Amino acid sequence: MCDQTFLAITFGPCDNCTQNKPLMNIYLKNEPINYCSLCVELMACQALAKGETINTLKAESESLKAKLEEERAKLHDVELHQVAEKMEALGQFVMKTRRTLKGHGNKVLCMDWCRDKRRIVSSSQDGKVIVWDAYTTNKEHAVTMPCTWVMACAYAPSGCAVACGGLDNKCSVYPLSLDKNENLSSKKKSVAMHTNYLSSCSFTNSDMQILTSSGDGTCALWDVESGQLLQSFHGHSADVLTLDLAPSETGNTFVSGGCDKKANVWDMRSGQNVQSFETHESDINSVKYYPSGDAFASGSDDATCRLFDLRADREVAIYSKESIIFGASSVDFSLSGRLLFAGHNDYTINVWDVLKGTRVAILFGHENRVSTVRVSPDGTAFCSGSWDNTLRIWA
Amino acid sequence: MSGSSSIVTMKKVVQQLRFEANINRVKVSQAAAELQQFCIQNAVQDPLLTGVSSSTNPFRTQKVCSFL
Repeated sequence: MCDQTFLAITFGPCDNCTQNKPLMNIYLKNEPINYCSLCVELMACQALAKGETINTLKAESESLKAKLEEERAKLHDVELHQVAEKMEALGQFVMKTRRTLKGHGNKVLCMDWCRDKRRIVSSSQDGKVIVWDAYTTNKEHAVTMPCTWVMACAYAPSGCAVACGGLDNKCSVYPLSLDKNENLSSKKKSVAMHTNYLSSCSFTNSDMQILTSSGDGTCALWDVESGQLLQSFHGHSADVLTLDLAPSETGNTFVSGGCDKKANVWDMRSGQNVQSFETHESDINSVKYYPSGDAFASGSDDATCRLFDLRADREVAIYSKESIIFGASSVDFSLSGRLLFAGHNDYTINVWDVLKGTRVAILFGHENRVSTVRVSPDGTAFCSGSWDNTLRIWA
Repeated sequence: MSGSSSIVTMKKVVQQLRFEANINRVKVSQAAAELQQFCIQNAVQDPLLTGVSSSTNPFRTQKVCSFL
């Protein structure tokens, strides 16, 4: 499974300063130019046209923002739930806790499913990262991280490694071995280095690259083998709390959400921010792509979840109720995209009909905040992790 | 120096906005119809939506005990 890296970003001597650095491949008047990011900045400074002062730029940015709003509004001819009116309403849902995974000593902060649909990795505030077999609830591996608050964990696509990180500002990859006696910590590989906490990490389609987001306001793409930074993504003005990769068929983009209330869509090759959405009223805690890749949902501290369509470039649905006042910490879609599961800080999980905008179920069971919700790869169940130190599998 | 760096930041913001203003957009009615279409097409394969019987879902415990 040797996926070719899709990045054309090269590492080499810059055309301008001749230092060896990661180069930004940009085109000026149709000529390819390989400058390092520092030289691109300097070039941008020098290219200030005469008469461009702060005020003219501010005025232009205001008028562009207004134009953007206008363009987006022009296409807003109908609401999503109006289009979905003719669809059959969903019946009653009976979802119960089928397994409870106990063993963490403190709040569960993050979890991920393995592609084999049965293993789960979860991380907690006490620094432990545990790999479970969800069918039997047995613990298969446990790693103790050198830091507390392990806020991010991810399973590698091959199922042979897990990545995790948190307050140590790093993302570390642990290869999982079948030998129970082997000390996993000895094989640890530090891949990512940020200047603030790691909030989320995800492997791309192969075990070779990891995408991370951090409290330092940036996201970054790293090569696992060498630990090299392949691309960095700047654009958020506050901590980035979450990211999600587009489903593989639809290309090389990912979406990130942060404390600046913005959700940004990025092109992984160029590092360019291609779309930005700012309708939430508070921090965005979780973003997840719709299974077709044409939309994404976000959950926020403003107690709403929203659906943003990428081709219409706007928010198309809000999932909220007056009775829901606690923020949504995590969201995920069912396989067809019809259901949206949202874990909230009021210990419940709300299940929404994505198209009609109505809530179809509330799931009770956790005894503290729900911090993470993920649907299994084959869609037969979903797992929720909570500050009550347990994980629950619902089906 | 701070003057020029805020000009640079503003310039970046303006460039980003120009880029975003020029992307192709689709009407919400069309986008919504496509989302709905995807849901309908994949609804059959969604176990959480259609509900699978206890025998096929590995997480649901089987209620029936049979004599061997």
